Amino acid sequence: MPRVNYIAPTTVDDAVKALAAASGLAKVMSGGTDLLVQMKSGRLKPDLIVDTKKIPGLIGIREEGGFTIIGAATPGATLSYNEKLEHTYPGIIEGLDLIGSTQIQGRASLAGNLCNASPAADSVPAMIAARAIAVVAGPSGKREAPVEAICTGPGRTSLQKGEFIVEFKIPTPKSRQCDAYLRFIPRTEMDIAVVGCGVNVTLDANGTCTDARVVLGAVAPTTVIVEDAAKALIGHKLDDATLSALDAAAQAACKPINDKRGTIEYRTKIAGVLARRTTAIAFERAAARA
Amino acid sequence: MSKHHVTAVINGEPVEYLCEAQQTMLDVLRDELNLTGTKEGCGSGDCGACTIIVDGAIVCSCLMLGVEAEGHKVTTIEGIAQGDKLHPVQQKFLEHAALQCGFCTPGFIVAAKALLDTTLNPTEEEARYWLAGNLCRCTGYDKILRAVMDAAAEMRGEKAAAE
Repeated sequence: MPRVNYIAPTTVDDAVKALAAASGLAKVMSGGTDLLVQMKSGRLKPDLIVDTKKIPGLIGIREEGGFTIIGAATPGATLSYNEKLEHTYPGIIEGLDLIGSTQIQGRASLAGNLCNASPAADSVPAMIAARAIAVVAGPSGKREAPVEAICTGPGRTSLQKGEFIVEFKIPTPKSRQCDAYLRFIPRTEMDIAVVGCGVNVTLDANGTCTDARVVLGAVAPTTVIVEDAAKALIGHKLDDATLSALDAAAQAACKPINDKRGTIEYRTKIAGVLARRTTAIAFERAAARA
Repeated sequence: MSKHHVTAVINGEPVEYLCEAQQTMLDVLRDELNLTGTKEGCGSGDCGACTIIVDGAIVCSCLMLGVEAEGHKVTTIEGIAQGDKLHPVQQKFLEHAALQCGFCTPGFIVAAKALLDTTLNPTEEEARYWLAGNLCRCTGYDKILRAVMDAAAEMRGEKAAAE
């Protein structure tokens, strides 16, 4: 790998100062499972790596004021093995679990998956569906941004110089609220999504949907919140008419590319199928959360 | 560029070394510490040949910087056997002939050992998913899975299944 400087600050302020003062390209590292691959391939040539894992709170899970708060650099394995997290947000954990191998899970983080800014990032749709918030530290202090505001295009984020994500705040689910994530890949493991779909729904006592978010990955330059899919669900039970409207809305939201994993037509069709399947799982789970 | 001074526990022994920031943990193990049991396959986190255990979690040492080991516990293939006594996973790899060229074997053994550290009752499906990040181009995986499942059975105190 090309020469690089490395620091591991122990406070948020020191990390912000180092990132803001860097003369060349400075990259934030949590698990490094994308960063080091891109450095080895020559795609990225940072002058400085700022490792955030030694900052207190960057690794860890806590509950506070109606939110579950997850440190930005917490490894996937730590999150997957947390039974409470898996029970509360099964869809988020399903998405996270699909990132890479067991080895990658030992290091990969939610913040890294988000800031690598791949349209196919598996942990992102369910985070957005859950209305998760990113807490961003920067030269002018901390600010909060919805997760969907971070990625602006393939490999691009809205983070400014000196900024990095310190933690995610995920609202505690209400009664009869739950989520699910499904992705389609041509094999069973170790591949990148052809389509990913995260769904988060809230039901009333009769099984009628009162709130919903349907989010698609890998079908556009960024993750897509399908507003019309949510509209198709809210006020309805999960019958055939609702599923058809949902399917049509999901397909209409797709602006995919042709590549080796799927054509535009194929991805669009699969998006509708996955939206229906994921929503059915989310409904079933939500109904059981009375 | 000055080198980083790193203190870590590797295979149970406190170790100090100097490394440059861009050296991966794999580079440090092989080139600085002479622990050449850990192999470089792809160098991009796809093949698992460089698998090590860091604080209980398996990671690809090619996707970790050597400087990141500061203050952590690392186990490599050299730390799996107890002296001359092979770990059950190693013994079962021999008995089931779960290797041919052997290049992927250290990674498989380290990953399988970590699996059995967390559960002695994996289903075959769980073991297959756990090991999905380890590639073998010789065996077709069947013998590897038999070895891992047999090692689990032995560690549970069961007799080996009749062949």
